[in-house]
Amino acid sequence: MCLAVPGRILEVEGTKGRVDFNGISREADLTLLPDAEAGDYVLVHAGFAIQRLDEAEARETLKLFGELAEALEQEDADRSDRESS
Amino acid sequence: MTGGIDFAAFRSEPAANALVGRINRLTERAGGTSERPIALMEVCGTHTVAISRFGLRAMLPPGLRLLSGPGCPVCVTPLIEIDRSIAAATMPDVIVATFGDMMRVPGSHRSLESVRADGADVRIVYSPMDALEVARKNPAKLVVFLGVGFETTSPIIAATIVAAAREGISNFTVLPFFKTVPAALDMLAAVPGRPLDGFICPGHVSVIIGSDAYLPVARDRNIPCVVTGFEPLDILAGVVMLLEQVVAIREATGSAGVAVQYSRAVTPEGNTTAQGLMDDVFAVYDAEWRGIGVVPATGQTLSKKYEMFDATKRLEIDVPTPVGESGCICGEIMLGRNLPPDCPHFGAACTPRSPVGPCMVSTEGSCAAFYKYEQGWRSGDPDGTEEK
Ligand code: SF4
Repeated sequence: MCLAVPGRILEVEGTKGRVDFNGISREADLTLLPDAEAGDYVLVHAGFAIQRLDEAEARETLKLFGELAEALEQEDADRSDRESS
Repeated sequence: MTGGIDFAAFRSEPAANALVGRINRLTERAGGTSERPIALMEVCGTHTVAISRFGLRAMLPPGLRLLSGPGCPVCVTPLIEIDRSIAAATMPDVIVATFGDMMRVPGSHRSLESVRADGADVRIVYSPMDALEVARKNPAKLVVFLGVGFETTSPIIAATIVAAAREGISNFTVLPFFKTVPAALDMLAAVPGRPLDGFICPGHVSVIIGSDAYLPVARDRNIPCVVTGFEPLDILAGVVMLLEQVVAIREATGSAGVAVQYSRAVTPEGNTTAQGLMDDVFAVYDAEWRGIGVVPATGQTLSKKYEMFDATKRLEIDVPTPVGESGCICGEIMLGRNLPPDCPHFGAACTPRSPVGPCMVSTEGSCAAFYKYEQGWRSGDPDGTEEK
């Protein structure tokens, strides 16, 4: 029920915006996000944009995941080095 | 504004493996065992489905248990409210508008789906604004929108009520059974008969109310709270953050607090515009949660200022004392004392096609999610989870 889908605002007109969801565009109400602008990533729930997605934070989270995966690969490589030597 | 967000990267397998490795180490360090596992509870239907769908339980060590709390608003709506909704739909000159998940919930005798088949005017809408449009187009009818949902949904309905007031659309009404999360977590933290070591806090409720809303629970109950997103890596990372707190508590190097994994969407203060709307349009009351009972200060009904939009003030909806399902343990599941396979009806008398209780009806109910994705979980055959 609390499902919210990320999309990107294409244009804003008054309290309504057109939002692109991976190629499909739909109208969303911007009453809860009065300062939303074209280009913003937003979460849309039941026809309303409820929050802006922070791109910098998203990239920060992904960077962390990337580093974790790398560290694991490194560990695995070290282990197989030890085992083969 | 270059590059955008690569959403697919939130499902990377190497990163998932790395997170599971950390979860294994932290669970061991925290002393979690299969006899006394570390127990973490999610309280959001979207988390329930994501955990089941991505098979996260099967990836976790036996010393860690994920419980499924009362995160499905449809499942916690009392039977009498379902009966009232159905009764309203059968009244003359009434149109009931609802989100789709309410249609198949069995009332004492009927469901909205079955009264619609008999000619009642029941319409499924995607947004409450669509229900307002139905009211605009049918001035001679009273539109009753079923106001089910947590704080993710209720401000949207509040905004719709304000729009109705502004435009003078007086034949739009709401049957309010909204529930709020933070005080419910406080109740859940104190449930006897099962340990609980942390809350996976609901991501989109938190978008609205802000992560600071959980500070009292974390502080007063010494229960770690982490707000996580809905991708598999988000949930696993949230579990890591919770376990780090559990370890700190057990090693007496720290106390419970609130942390945010879903930082791309959740701020400490939340969406203050939405909060302002809720404060204006709603009044707090002691709501009944189906299968659980009355929980103080966890319901939202319409405030005095907007009571003309309250369907119960405009219609006499009298229904007899409801006749409940027998043997359903949804309540025990939502309190974290059981998981769906513990119910004798699960997969036998109770399936999504012929549900006995509400947790099997709603696609976000714990029983429905387990049935669809995790049938092999208990039998030790996590890969036997063939899609139904
Ligand atoms: S399996 Fe059916 S009867 Fe059992 S708890 Fe779930 S919904 Fe209730």
